Amino acid sequence: MHKKMNIINHYDAIVIGGGPAGLTAGIYLSRARIKTLILNEGTAGGQMVLTHEIANYPGVENISGFQLANIMKKQALSFGCEIKSFIKIDSLKLDGRIKSITLSDGTTYTSDTVIITTGGRSRTLGVEGEDIFKGKGISYCATCDGDFFTGKEIVVVGGGNSALEEAVSLTKYATKVTIIHQFDYFQAFEYAVEEAKNNPKIDFILNSTITAFHGNDKLESVTIKNLNTGKTQEFTTDGAFIFIGYIPNTEMFKSIVELNKWGEIIVDKNMSTNLQGVYAAGDSIEKRYRQITTAVGDATVAALAASEFIHKSKQKQFNLN
Amino acid sequence: MLYTNLKHIESAEEHAKILSENENVMVICGRMGPMCIPVYGIAEELENEYKHVKFCDMEFDNPEAYVIRNLPEVRGFMGIPFTIYYKNGKVVKATSSIQTKEQVKAILDKEFAQTVNA
Repeated sequence: MHKKMNIINHYDAIVIGGGPAGLTAGIYLSRARIKTLILNEGTAGGQMVLTHEIANYPGVENISGFQLANIMKKQALSFGCEIKSFIKIDSLKLDGRIKSITLSDGTTYTSDTVIITTGGRSRTLGVEGEDIFKGKGISYCATCDGDFFTGKEIVVVGGGNSALEEAVSLTKYATKVTIIHQFDYFQAFEYAVEEAKNNPKIDFILNSTITAFHGNDKLESVTIKNLNTGKTQEFTTDGAFIFIGYIPNTEMFKSIVELNKWGEIIVDKNMSTNLQGVYAAGDSIEKRYRQITTAVGDATVAALAASEFIHKSKQKQFNLN
Repeated sequence: MLYTNLKHIESAEEHAKILSENENVMVICGRMGPMCIPVYGIAEELENEYKHVKFCDMEFDNPEAYVIRNLPEVRGFMGIPFTIYYKNGKVVKATSSIQTKEQVKAILDKEFAQTVNA
């Protein structure tokens, strides 16, 4: 005998994640009259709200990430999409015809299709003292906290575009910026490297990493380890800005959907994962370029493919009956 | 200007009035940036659940925000938002920079616990 399905919590599609990809999927699916729920562990808009100014989103001359996120959210809601933010997913079952997702409060939602748009997050060093001094000397946002370091000496960790560009911008406030990077070369574009190298306030410590943060009420020093020699040194500093890239938010899908060695979800050209009825889009998938525009594009494909899948499944059910 | 749905505190006088009229108050003092927006979002989300708490925000760059910036509890803070929890007008907890919903809830549950009359 079939177990009776809880109709109230059943959706045609559940989108996991509420950044630009998730909201786009929500807009397309809801507009196609597909009953859709977005389950979002953070703020609607995802990493998009981290961008102060977006000048290259076609059709919009200049807008903040926060405003663009709010417009996308409003659009999705206007078509009848439901959005639940700041939830915590406890467990999921994505194989089989009916997918189910259980939240930490015990509520279970089921659906015919799932679109994963969980995006990524800033990588942290994960070393001793990092949690303690977050907001007390350690920062991940130069535009937010740069002015607290006026007249102070700071370190910047990383060697990509963000690290070098933010190091240069932080010289507006800090008297000295030391860039600590694990390699003897930079992943950043040449122009960013040149600009940093030509800045008299910027010094470099290469082939090195921070292994611990120290202080009392606030950050006072860091332990720097040379990765070639293994030698460590205590380095006095008032602040540390960390820009060491992003990691995909895909831990919960490990051994559920196919991931590559970096934890990115593998999809085909229809944004379909290895599981039938499960799609993925945005920064959490394996791809070269991570932009709001590419997330929106991926999610459009995923939503259209999911719509087709739902339509065909319903047709099949109808024919069987 | 803070584009949130929280009660905006515009002046030191208004700040004092809110503290005198409410037993439990949370004030998020920040800007419209990546570390602050999630905390406003969490507060907006929790407003319905914690009806005994008054949730407010205040612009960090408003000169009147000295009422927050000069608190002894925020000495050493170098990351916005500065989030202050007041009980009967007294600071009971202050946090610097971004927080998770779980972290905020843990503070609200501990500092603003509701007493149940037997």
